[in-house]
Amino acid sequence: MDHLDRLENRSIHILREAYSQFKNLCMLWSIGKDSTVLLCLARKAFYGHVPFPLVHIDTHYKIPEMIGYRDRLAKEWKLDMIYGENREALEKKLTFPDGNATRIECCKNLKTEALKNTLSGEWPRYRLNHAAGKYEKDANTEPYTGVIVGIRADEEGSRSKERYFSPRDKNNDWDIGDQPPEFWGQYKTDFAPGTHIRIHPLLDWTELDVWEYIKREGVPVVSLYFDQGDGKRYRSLGCWPCTNPVESDAKDLDGIIEELRSGKFANIAERSGRAQDKEDGGGLEELRKDGYM
Amino acid sequence: MDTCKKDMNIVIVGHVDHGKSTVIGRLLADTNSLPLGKLEQIKEMCRRNSKPFEYAFLLDALKDERAQGITIDIARCFFKTEKRKYIILDAPGHIEFLKNMITGASRAEAALLVIDAHEGIRENSRRHGYILSMLGIKQVSVLVNKLDLVNYSEEIYDSIVKDYTEFLAAAGVTPISFIPVSAAMGDNIAKRSENMPWYSGFTVLSQLDAFSEEPPLDDLPFRMPVQDVYKFTSSGDERRIIAGTVESGTLKVGDGIMFYPSGKKTTVASIEEFNRPKRTAVSSGFSTGITMTEQIYVKRGDLAVKTDEKPPVTASRIDVSLFWLGREPFCDNRRYYLKTGSAKVPMRLEKITYVLNASTLEKTVKPSVEKNEVAQCTLALERPVAFDISSDLASTGRFVIVDKYEISGGGIITGTPDDGKIAKDVARRNFKWEHGGVSLTERMERFGQKPLVIMITGRKNSDRKTVARALEKSLFASGKAVYYLGIGNVLYGVDADIKTGRSEDRDERDEHIRRLAETANILTDAGLIVILTASEIDEDDVYLMQTVLGEKIFTVRIGDAYDKEPAFDLAVDENDEKATEMIMRKAELFH
Ligand SMILES: Nc1nc2c(ncn2[C@@H]2O[C@H](COP(=O)(O)OP(=O)(O)OP(=O)(O)O)[C@@H](O)[C@H]2O)c(=O)[nH]1
Ligand SMILES: [Mg+2]
Repeated sequence: MDHLDRLENRSIHILREAYSQFKNLCMLWSIGKDSTVLLCLARKAFYGHVPFPLVHIDTHYKIPEMIGYRDRLAKEWKLDMIYGENREALEKKLTFPDGNATRIECCKNLKTEALKNTLSGEWPRYRLNHAAGKYEKDANTEPYTGVIVGIRADEEGSRSKERYFSPRDKNNDWDIGDQPPEFWGQYKTDFAPGTHIRIHPLLDWTELDVWEYIKREGVPVVSLYFDQGDGKRYRSLGCWPCTNPVESDAKDLDGIIEELRSGKFANIAERSGRAQDKEDGGGLEELRKDGYM
Repeated sequence: MDTCKKDMNIVIVGHVDHGKSTVIGRLLADTNSLPLGKLEQIKEMCRRNSKPFEYAFLLDALKDERAQGITIDIARCFFKTEKRKYIILDAPGHIEFLKNMITGASRAEAALLVIDAHEGIRENSRRHGYILSMLGIKQVSVLVNKLDLVNYSEEIYDSIVKDYTEFLAAAGVTPISFIPVSAAMGDNIAKRSENMPWYSGFTVLSQLDAFSEEPPLDDLPFRMPVQDVYKFTSSGDERRIIAGTVESGTLKVGDGIMFYPSGKKTTVASIEEFNRPKRTAVSSGFSTGITMTEQIYVKRGDLAVKTDEKPPVTASRIDVSLFWLGREPFCDNRRYYLKTGSAKVPMRLEKITYVLNASTLEKTVKPSVEKNEVAQCTLALERPVAFDISSDLASTGRFVIVDKYEISGGGIITGTPDDGKIAKDVARRNFKWEHGGVSLTERMERFGQKPLVIMITGRKNSDRKTVARALEKSLFASGKAVYYLGIGNVLYGVDADIKTGRSEDRDERDEHIRRLAETANILTDAGLIVILTASEIDEDDVYLMQTVLGEKIFTVRIGDAYDKEPAFDLAVDENDEKATEMIMRKAELFH
């Protein structure tokens, strides 16, 4: 068993544990490389099926190519695809690009709030009707009690302290000073009514592991990750006003892997292109305590 | 080029403030393993807040950790050498966060234990050493830190080595090395120190690469806790896949396997894969899925083993060595859940043999185990589970205890006070079972039904029999193969040798129930739906029957509730004309 096999098998164990223990389970799919790897791991864990819905929080500032890619894969792989959004903030233009919010406030509105209310079922969810080929308002408004998220410990400080099964209280808050113990493959799967559990199967993966796995398994990723000829590519995908492409001429997977192993990005943090991480020290820790991924 | 495919998890432990985070921060900095600009960013942050710079801030990322200057929760940090990829787990040393230390240490293959040379061996230096031994971590290297504060004194170093070696021996650990270091100055971290000419052993960096990888557990008996059973029929997939992670051993297509505690046997028909080349064997560490040649009933919580290898232990009382982490003490007047492998059963604390102070190794006898104490106890489980004794097979010999919603303790199984007689008998019966020429699957196809035991119960005076007969008639009329077995038919025949008429005798009642279930087991193996009646069945009776039958039984209560009743699948009013129909629908007899 090599390094990638070990990571893969441990992640599959966690996914299966989540599926067996949570009745209302979903997986967040941001369309980025990590959650797409997670999706492929789920197909492996359940032999080609994905037996829970995939939830996408649409900020309407995603790079348009991402949504096309989402719906194409959803149809091809027969995914139970759901999206949610903060319609009110969008209508009232309470966003950073509209000039009515700081970057952090904008993240809170379009992501954290939208996520919280989509998961709890308080705001409408839109579900892909495969027969009709379009999204329709979902009749199911039950809260999700298990939410699978593709975060990695190497991304930043507060994620390095996460559990595989991480409880969130009634307000979606994360009590980072008092996390449950977790050992020998036994996780926190019992929870009080009104609370939910975040499940993190990719915690032990690094950015390089993710790319090596994408290459080994032929995981489809959006072309935004590659240099299209202008000497730029995205290393991390978020909303376009807050995510900058990096200077790079990596045109394919080998190029990216080389860049991360020993090339120009070997020692540069992945989220260095994400503006909201920098706005104030510990900004991400605060966002995450409130329910950000 | 980074082509190495090996990896290892390392935990760093020890008393609070002895310098664990500093050792790791220094190691990362001195090997150029930090993201570009990270060190400058931390220095700048310290300057802005007028705080002295600390290497520990590279790991202590939380606001509270930096404010208090301590580690609160375990940090994972990624580090690589020519030889392997490491995940280093930086544990907190404060007693308050012992649960976090255990969370990290339980994942590690090797440990670094830090002792401050200036402060000497402290309470958690010892407690952590003992916990490492309980967790089964065999490779421990002790770092004697802050030698800069004691003028790099060989004498002080030697005396710590001597005292701590003695303690570790008593705790059952043999350290593989001691290294004198100064994390603050970088002595013997990534490069050899000039300040300690008297030392010529490993640096921390060279020690890491000198740890050896744990060999895979392929040569041990095969163990796979059943995690789930998949059948994605609605997506047009008819495979019935038993999923789980192989804890130890290897399994091939064609191998005979047995599921404990029920003891049912079958053969591996295939090992399933998706987007991976088909394989004919799996070994420890793989999350896999198998199909079986016979469709026996298997469920989460069962333990799959090979028929020709050492069987696991099946019991409902276990002797354990445990650590307690819960806010509330562990005591004998509460119901907890025990989780081992994929099994989860209600349990109680039966007896505390002694409570151990993990720091002084002093034993005392007390009525409860407090937070962060270690104890030797006997646990009583509400039904038998399958496991191994930890000294035989560590990976299937450990457990955790859940109190309300929280994992509050954990430990290793050291033995069993009894031998779980009924479960053992059942396992032997299944092992010896002679299969006929017609399989159960064929019978199920012929009869168009799944065999099931329906238990109709109620208060002594309730009219169970009328309901049972009406149900039997309806099912028969709609083409089902069904048989009503009244307990009287068993009492005066099969049970003639034990019937005394003293209905309050619990042992006698258990034996009646066991025989009734054994008789029903023959009928369900013949493919029949079996209807049983008995008065005031309790939870123990239901467990007992399920142990014997290895399946869930469908329970119905007629009429009013009674004391000590179990949770029913259905309760119907006496004289309810729809009773038969409701039972048929709820028991899903026509799916
Ligand atoms: N002089 C000196 N000070 C040190 C050395 N190593 C660590 N320190 C100091 O000791 C203090 C505690 O260090 P940490 O690394 O935070 O200790 P820790 O073991 O991680 O503490 P917890 O995680 O809270 O248990 C800090 O102020 C360090 O600067 C050393 O080698 N020499
Ligand atoms: Mg520390």
